[in-house]
Amino acid sequence: MNKMLDDDQIFNISPGRHVDLDHHCQNGGYSALAKALAQGPETSLKEISDAGLRGRGGAAFPTAEKIKMLRANTEKLRYIICNADEGEPGTFKDRFIMTHIPFQLLEGITIAAFMAGASEGYIYVRHEYPEAQKILRESIEEAERRGFLGENILGSGFSLSLKLFSGAGSYLCGEETALISSIEGKKGRPRLKPPYPTQAGLWQKPTLINNVETLANIPKIIEKSASWYRSFGTPDSPGTKLISLSGDVQNRGLFEVPFGMTFAEIISEYGGGAKTGKAIKAVNIGGASGVLIPPEMLFTPLEYLACSKTGITIGSGAIFVLDDTRSILSNVQNRLRFFLHESCGKCTPCREGLRQANLILDRLLAGEAVRQDVSTLERYTRAIQEASFCGLGQAAGNSLRSSLAYYRDEYLASCRDNKPSFIEEETA
Amino acid sequence: MQNINITLNGKVTAVAPEITILEAARQQGIDLPTLCHHPDQRVKANCRICVVEVEGVKNLVPSCSTRVTAGMNITTNSPRVRETVRTILELIFADHPQECLTCIRNGNCELRQIAAKFGVRDIQGEKRKHSFSQDFSTPSLVRNPDKCIKCGRCAEACHYIQNVGILYSHNRSTEISISPEYGKQLADVACVLCGQCALVCPVGAIHERDDTDRVWEALADPQKHVVVQVAPAVRVSLAEEFGFPSGEIATGKLVSALRSLGFDRIFDTDFSADLTIMEEGHELLDRIANGGVLPMITSCSPGWIKYMEHYYPELIPHLSTCKSPQQMFGALAKTYYAQTSGLEAKDIIVVSVMPCTAKKFEAERPEMDASGSQDVDIVLTTRELGRMLQHEGIDFRMLPEAEFDSPLGISTGAAAIFGATGGVMEAALRTVYEVVTGKTLTDLNFTTVRGMTGVKEASVDLAGMEVKAGIAHGLANAKKILEMIKAGQSDYTFIEIMCCPGGCIGGGGQPYGTTNEIRARRIEALYQVDENMPLRKSHENPAVQELYQDFLLEPLGELSHRLLHTQYCSRS
Repeated sequence: MNKMLDDDQIFNISPGRHVDLDHHCQNGGYSALAKALAQGPETSLKEISDAGLRGRGGAAFPTAEKIKMLRANTEKLRYIICNADEGEPGTFKDRFIMTHIPFQLLEGITIAAFMAGASEGYIYVRHEYPEAQKILRESIEEAERRGFLGENILGSGFSLSLKLFSGAGSYLCGEETALISSIEGKKGRPRLKPPYPTQAGLWQKPTLINNVETLANIPKIIEKSASWYRSFGTPDSPGTKLISLSGDVQNRGLFEVPFGMTFAEIISEYGGGAKTGKAIKAVNIGGASGVLIPPEMLFTPLEYLACSKTGITIGSGAIFVLDDTRSILSNVQNRLRFFLHESCGKCTPCREGLRQANLILDRLLAGEAVRQDVSTLERYTRAIQEASFCGLGQAAGNSLRSSLAYYRDEYLASCRDNKPSFIEEETA
Repeated sequence: MQNINITLNGKVTAVAPEITILEAARQQGIDLPTLCHHPDQRVKANCRICVVEVEGVKNLVPSCSTRVTAGMNITTNSPRVRETVRTILELIFADHPQECLTCIRNGNCELRQIAAKFGVRDIQGEKRKHSFSQDFSTPSLVRNPDKCIKCGRCAEACHYIQNVGILYSHNRSTEISISPEYGKQLADVACVLCGQCALVCPVGAIHERDDTDRVWEALADPQKHVVVQVAPAVRVSLAEEFGFPSGEIATGKLVSALRSLGFDRIFDTDFSADLTIMEEGHELLDRIANGGVLPMITSCSPGWIKYMEHYYPELIPHLSTCKSPQQMFGALAKTYYAQTSGLEAKDIIVVSVMPCTAKKFEAERPEMDASGSQDVDIVLTTRELGRMLQHEGIDFRMLPEAEFDSPLGISTGAAAIFGATGGVMEAALRTVYEVVTGKTLTDLNFTTVRGMTGVKEASVDLAGMEVKAGIAHGLANAKKILEMIKAGQSDYTFIEIMCCPGGCIGGGGQPYGTTNEIRARRIEALYQVDENMPLRKSHENPAVQELYQDFLLEPLGELSHRLLHTQYCSRS
C-alpha cells in the first residue's frame, strides 16, 4: 500500500492559513528565485526537466518542453500567462494556492518567466474568485515593493511586469487560445492550432501558459532539487498532485497526494471512505470533463500512464464520490447541462450534439425515452467526442461515454419499452 | 518544394506539401463535404462535416484545417467517418427548419445538396422550435435567422472581404446567432447592402429581397409600358444559372429571354454607362481645370456610395456627382425616351437586371426621382431573373440570339467593361485621352488597370498632363485608398472604386457559387465582349451623341445636372 505523505511537501496545506511574504521567506521562500537567477535559465530548466514536472491543468504536457519551445523562438518579446481560470466543477486547488500561498505562486511564475525569457505576464483569474483576485493584487504589489517582481528583480537585471486579469465568467476561457482571445478583448472562443501559443500566443507573441498548480511546483523543485522531487510519486508521474475530494465521503477537502496511490486508497485514507452505511456507486474523476467509473476501477493508481490505459482522465485532480443513493442519469445530466451552458456554440457537434443529448436525458429521466434513444445518445456522444473543435466539446462527452459504458443498464432501465421484446428473449 | 507521399483511402499518392487534406482529396477526385469552408475565405473549421480519419490521431480531424504531412495515412470513407458525418448532418437538420419546398434556396441550397449525397433518412434529434423573426428592413436583403447554420461565412465576408463588419456571432451555445449588433435590423446599422453575405450563404438564411412578383404584375398590366435595362455583368454570368460554365457570354440569349418574358423594350445599361463616361470624364476635366476637389472618385457602385456615407462622410466631396448608369438610365427612360416615343412617364415601368443587391436600395433613394417619380421602379438581381426564366419554362439553351432595342440599347465596348474592376477607369481613359489630346488612341487596352489585384495603379500622359489613376475593388481594399487620402498621401487624380471583389461581376446578386476564380473568368468574358464590339469608345456611341444633340445639348449642361447628377448625405 502506498503511504500518505507524512507532511505536506510542496503546498503547505495543513495549517490552512494565509502565508504572507515574511512567512514565505522564513520558510525558504524566494531562495529558489535567487538560486535560479544565479545559476541561469538553462541550469534551472534542466532541473525542471529532470524532475519530470507535467502540466497540472489537465493535459499533463511536460512543462520543461513547453518552456524550451519558447526559448527556441527568435522573438524577443515573450509573455507568460498563469491560467487561474479554475472553472472545472469540483476543483478548488488553484483557489487555495492563490488565497493561502500566493507568494509561492508568484515565485513560480517569476522563475518560469526567467527560464522562458518572458518579460511581461498575466495571471488570468476567474471572475468568481474575488478574494483570490484581491490577495493576488496585493501580493503582486508587495512583491514589487520588495524587489521580487518588476524591474531588475533581486538586482539580477531580469525584469517581469506581472498583471492580474479577471475573467468574465466563461468556463471555456480556461482553454488557452480562448483565454488569450479574452485578454486581447475578443470573444472567448478557441481558435485553430497551430500556431500554438508557444509560437504565436498573446498579441501574436510567443507565450507560455501554465496552470497555477504547475507553476507553484517550480520553486520547490529549484530549491530542493529534481531528485528530491522524484522521491515522491512514481517514475512516470513524479511528485504530488493536489486532489479536490468531494461528494459522498466522510472528509471532503483539498489534499496533497503522492502520485501512485490508488483512487481507492485516496478515498479511504484521505476521505475516510463512504458515508456511514452507504456504499460507493460511482466515482467521477477529473471534474465535470472527466469520467465516471465504477468501484472496481478504483484500484487504478493515480498515475498518468496507468490512467490513460484505463481511460481515466486525471484532469484537474477532482474526485467526486457518488454513493448508492445517487442517480447516475441525473448526475450525468447535471454535468451535461453545465457544458451545454458553457459551450461557445462555434462548432456543430458540441452545440447541437449537447443540446440533443440533454433532450434525450430529459426523456430518460421523465420515463418517456425508448431503448432506441440510448443508442442514439451513444452515437451523438461519439460525434461530440470525435469531431468537436476544442477540448471542451471533446471532454464534454466523457461522462456520457463512461456512464453509457459502465451504467448502460441504468439507462435502459429508465426506458419505457424496457421490457425485453419477445425476439430478444428467444435469442437470449 | 518537393511533393510528399500520403496514403489516401489506401492509395499512395504524391501531393504538394503544405496543402490541406481537403485540397489533397479534391485533387485526387474525392469531394469531401463542406459547409463553412469557402475557397476565398480563411479556414473556420466550424461545421465539422469534412472530418476524416488520420492514422495515429485519436479523434477525427477536420480536413479543411489539417495540412498533409509526409506519410500521413488518411481515410475518408470508413464507417467511423461516415457515421460521424451523418450524425453531424442529422444534428444540423434537427436545428434547421424543414421548409425546403418553400425555401428561396430550393434547388441551390448547399445543405440540401449534401443531404442528398449522404442519405440521412431519419432525424432522431428533436426538431428545434425557432422564434426569431425575419428581417425585411431593407429593400435589398432579407435575413431569416431560423435557417442559419452558423457556418460564419457571411460574417467572414462582411469583416474580412468588405471590412464593414456589421454581422457578428452573438451569445453562446445553442443561443448563438449571427446578426447585426444587439440583434438590430440591417436598416438600423451601417450595412452597405452589398450582399456579399448572401452570395456566400450556403442556405436561405440571408438572401436578396425577391421582387419577381412585382415584375410579373407589371408585365401583366396592359396599361404599362415595361422597359428593362441589363447591367454589363449580367450578360457574362446569367448562363451559369442554367448550367453553362462560368465565363459564358450570353448577351444575345439574354435579350431574347427578356423578350420572351414580355418586356416591351429591351434596353442596355451599357448605353447609360457610355453616357456616364461622357459626364464623368468631363466632370474630371472640369475639376482639373477649375481647381475642383481631387482625386475624384467614381460613383457607379451603390454599395460603395453607402459605405462612403456611413464611414467616410468627410470625403464625400471627392465623389463624382454622376449618378450610376442604372439611375441615369431610369431618369432618361422616363423623360427622353418617353418624349421620343410619345409615352407618359407614369405609364412607363423601368425594370433593371443587376448583379447587385445594393441597386435595389439605390433605386429607392428618395432623391432618385428626377423624372417626377421613382426613376427605376423595380430592380432584379441576376439570380431573380434566372428564377423568372426557370418559372416561365424557358429553355435557355434553345434561345436564339437577339439584339437590344434602339436607342437606349446601343452601346460600345467601353461600357461593357464597366462590369469588371478597372473597367470604368479604362473606359474613362479612352475618352478623356481623345477629348483632351484630340488624337486617336493607337492601343485601346489599358492592361495595367485590369485584373484581380486588390489595389491597382496607372499613369496616363494627357498632352503633357499626367493623370494618376488608382483602382480598388472590395471595400477592404477601398479602405486602404481612403486612408491614404485622409492621411494626405494620395497623389491620385482619379480613382475607381467598386464595392465588390472583382467589380460588378462579383456582385452580391450574382449566381451562387461565385468564387474569385469564377470572377476572373467573368472578367475575361467582359473583355471579350469589348473586343468584339465595333465601337469601343464611349464618346463614339451614336445614340449618346444623338442624345446630346437633341436633348441634353452638352455634358455637364443644365439638363444633365437635373437628370444625371446627384448629391450624397452623411449617414455616420
